Amino acid sequence: MTYIAKPKFHHPGLKKNELGYTHRDYEGKISTLCAGCGHDSITASIIEACYELSIEPHRVAKISGIGCSSKTPDYFLGNSHGFNSVHGRMPSVLTGANLANRDLIYLGVSGDGDSASIGFGQFAHSIRRGVNMTYIVENNGVYGLTKGQFSATADRGSKSKKGVTNTDNAIDLVAIALQLGATFVARSFSGDKSQLVPLIAAAIGHKGASFIDVISPCIAFNNHAGSTKSFDYVREHNDAVNRLDVLVGRDPIAVDYAPGTVQVVEQHDGSRIALRKIDADYDPHDRLGAQTFLAKHAAKGQIVTGLLYVDPDAEDLHEHLNTVETPLNTLEADTLCPGSSVLDKINASLR
Amino acid sequence: MKPTDIAAPDYFHKVVDCQWACPAHTPVPEYIRLIAQGRYSDAYMINWKSNVFPGILGRTCDRPCEPACRRGRVEETPVAICRLKRVAADFKDDIKQRLPKPVPKNGKRVAFVGGGPASLTVARDLAPLGYHCTVFDSDPEAGGMMRTQIPKFRLPNSVIDEETGYILGLGVEFKGGHRIESMKALLAEKYDAIFVGSGAPRGRELDIPGRKEAAGNIHIGIDWLSSVSFGHTDKIGKRVIVLGGGNTAMDCCRTARRLGGEDVKVIVRSGFEEMKASPWEKEDAIHEDIPILNFLVPVSFIHDNGKLTGVTFQKVKAEYDAKGRRNLVPSGEPDQTFECDDVLVAVGQENAFPWIEPDCGIEFDKWHMPKVDPKTFASTNPKVFFGGDAAFGPKNIIWAVAQGHDAALSIHKMLSGEDITERPLPEVHVSSQKMGIHEWSYDNDISIDKRFKVPHRDKVIALKDIKTEVELGYDVKLALGEAHRCLNCDVQTVFSTSLCIECDACADICPMDCITFTNNGEEDDLRHRLKAPSLHPDQDLYVSSDLKTGRVMVKDEDVCLHCGLCAERCPTGAWDMQKYFIEMTHAGSTCPTKSRSAA
Repeated sequence: MTYIAKPKFHHPGLKKNELGYTHRDYEGKISTLCAGCGHDSITASIIEACYELSIEPHRVAKISGIGCSSKTPDYFLGNSHGFNSVHGRMPSVLTGANLANRDLIYLGVSGDGDSASIGFGQFAHSIRRGVNMTYIVENNGVYGLTKGQFSATADRGSKSKKGVTNTDNAIDLVAIALQLGATFVARSFSGDKSQLVPLIAAAIGHKGASFIDVISPCIAFNNHAGSTKSFDYVREHNDAVNRLDVLVGRDPIAVDYAPGTVQVVEQHDGSRIALRKIDADYDPHDRLGAQTFLAKHAAKGQIVTGLLYVDPDAEDLHEHLNTVETPLNTLEADTLCPGSSVLDKINASLR
Repeated sequence: MKPTDIAAPDYFHKVVDCQWACPAHTPVPEYIRLIAQGRYSDAYMINWKSNVFPGILGRTCDRPCEPACRRGRVEETPVAICRLKRVAADFKDDIKQRLPKPVPKNGKRVAFVGGGPASLTVARDLAPLGYHCTVFDSDPEAGGMMRTQIPKFRLPNSVIDEETGYILGLGVEFKGGHRIESMKALLAEKYDAIFVGSGAPRGRELDIPGRKEAAGNIHIGIDWLSSVSFGHTDKIGKRVIVLGGGNTAMDCCRTARRLGGEDVKVIVRSGFEEMKASPWEKEDAIHEDIPILNFLVPVSFIHDNGKLTGVTFQKVKAEYDAKGRRNLVPSGEPDQTFECDDVLVAVGQENAFPWIEPDCGIEFDKWHMPKVDPKTFASTNPKVFFGGDAAFGPKNIIWAVAQGHDAALSIHKMLSGEDITERPLPEVHVSSQKMGIHEWSYDNDISIDKRFKVPHRDKVIALKDIKTEVELGYDVKLALGEAHRCLNCDVQTVFSTSLCIECDACADICPMDCITFTNNGEEDDLRHRLKAPSLHPDQDLYVSSDLKTGRVMVKDEDVCLHCGLCAERCPTGAWDMQKYFIEMTHAGSTCPTKSRSAA
């Protein structure tokens, strides 16, 4: 953290988005996390993605649980709605908010402790139900706030800062999300914004449960030799299957790629994702293939990143439940309570 | 691009835009911090060492530092550097004890022609080294144009007396009322060196019809100003026209307003924007109800029985040729005549050396200016040096001071038997400002205040007395507010490649998006790949050597606030805030001749 507020001055040549905002307008308060925390880079990436998509800040609800990661919504989108909920309960609060007002963009921000330990069940059910949200896990493999114990995502065999070897098996949240039916699954790295920013932008455009696991080195407790979540380790073992560009609007794709190397995915909101293949055989529409690919590479100690799975025709919880188009929180009393004659009709139909 | 060599003294010096732009390279941020701390005497002494006349320059400097000030690229207006200098002079304690003590004479004698800023600077540098300095001036008191041409309502005599007094108090002999009429005679007196700082004493003539006939009411600006200064002139007609668009014209019109001029106007050939006068001097004139009319070329003085009645002007317009050069061409409209009682001609100044005989060994060029080496200020006679307006034509006091320092160094080297063309390097100190995890020894909390206005005396009172100073100067509170606007550009962001883990924390926190991590490339290419557009290619890029990932760190120095957040957010200390202090080498300072490591 720092003692001074970030100066209000900004670069005089900053570009403005369609709404006339610069990326500085999407900032929140100054971070109180440790210097160099990977989470701050994820914060910067969320800011960049929202700026690029020209999102109106008041149309976003950012919801988090407890932990270093869950503090970060304070540091971006200072003009959005926010709910810093109970430990591990972000998915429930988000699901409730989403049901009450389906018109907002939901950003769930959580950590490996919040989602893989105390909130593991909550995580599973929100994904399983297909809540329309962008669920970001800022995954550093340690409990930073309690000084660096292994979290549930720490790899077996990796070493703590004190030199203790982890003997528990790791939970791979990406594998779980795929298994539970998430319709947008990605993994990225806080130290690679060029990959992360478009992933976040694409996830926001996705209708359904989007899940992004972002490996985010903990500078204070998990950035040493022997860690598998350090800057050096992730950079050495990063196996990106693709890079993507998010294209807003319907302009032709100007970038000139070699034929067969680009796959265009049209999203529900009209935006398109141009996927530049790095691994020619990787198919991001094959859930089963993705699971196998992940398992094979994990066994080799490689960290697979990129857009791993996307179903552009996904449905969300509201469609499953057949709720009305109007957000529930704006339904008037006479709609919600149409009177005894309607009740009589319903009763009659059940007799 | 190659990694930036921050050990080269010029690299960080350029980042301190104000200091780099100042001809004397005054350490501006250093003295502004001292003002903020209430250490006015310390701030004054830093100025005194560098620019010799802080009280005078704090009122009259042409301020090359302010257009260069980084703050002017971050928001609308630069820091009021000049008027803060005056604050140091206004609020200092008695500093006499801090001045150099007289030393035994070394037996070498130096003569000075003219007692203005250039000569006094040379004398200031040489007297403490034991040189016997003798300053000759035709005026009875020291100061030169500072005393004779700058009106008292801008620069009171007390300030001139004080600051010229500090120099004469060093054991400098001043011979007032003693005009040097012959260089040959002066050379015959066997001085070890002669410094010519005689200024540009001749006002340019305006030779148009009627000039001779109406001479009684047509005055040459600088002569008239000095006549006013000495009290020989104390009134002027009610309707006055000032011809010319420089600072002398501004001084003339404002002086005329105080000597009975009720309808005073300035009429210039060029457009208002291209006038040579400083913008603030134009503002001050306009504030005193003096209109400035432009695009009017004087064609004749109108007179009646030897009495001036008006001036006729041709109307012109600006036309630009293919090369962008401006030409004033007649607009075709009828000529315009303005009635007046007096005219003040302030259309430029010239050098004049009728007193330097052709056989003195001093060569002149085709413009009748002495041939002077721009680095050593030596003329073709190895014993004779020139500086200030006498060397390269009319400029400002601060230039005269800067040239004076260089000339003094040359004289000292020559009389020490050294090669005067070998110029010593400046001395550079770089030191970390880190006090604690988030604590720095400078105030890094950026003020968003707009420039504070300097209070002026009420116009009615100011116009009544020619000796009443118009500007009141900042009070302590305003000075503190203005001092806080300084961005501390001398506290440098210093990057250590080997410590960087490329976590992006600095790039994320930087409020000005100065920092980019990217693949290296040629400068033009790199400038197009920065996080924020590069707006000023003259501002350097700070490029690291290759990082672990093969990328480089590129920092555009342009609008860095020097807030230190990059260093605060850096987990490994790869960024540090280090104060860079550069001292220009003056005569007698210990002279490093090898490049010193800056970091």
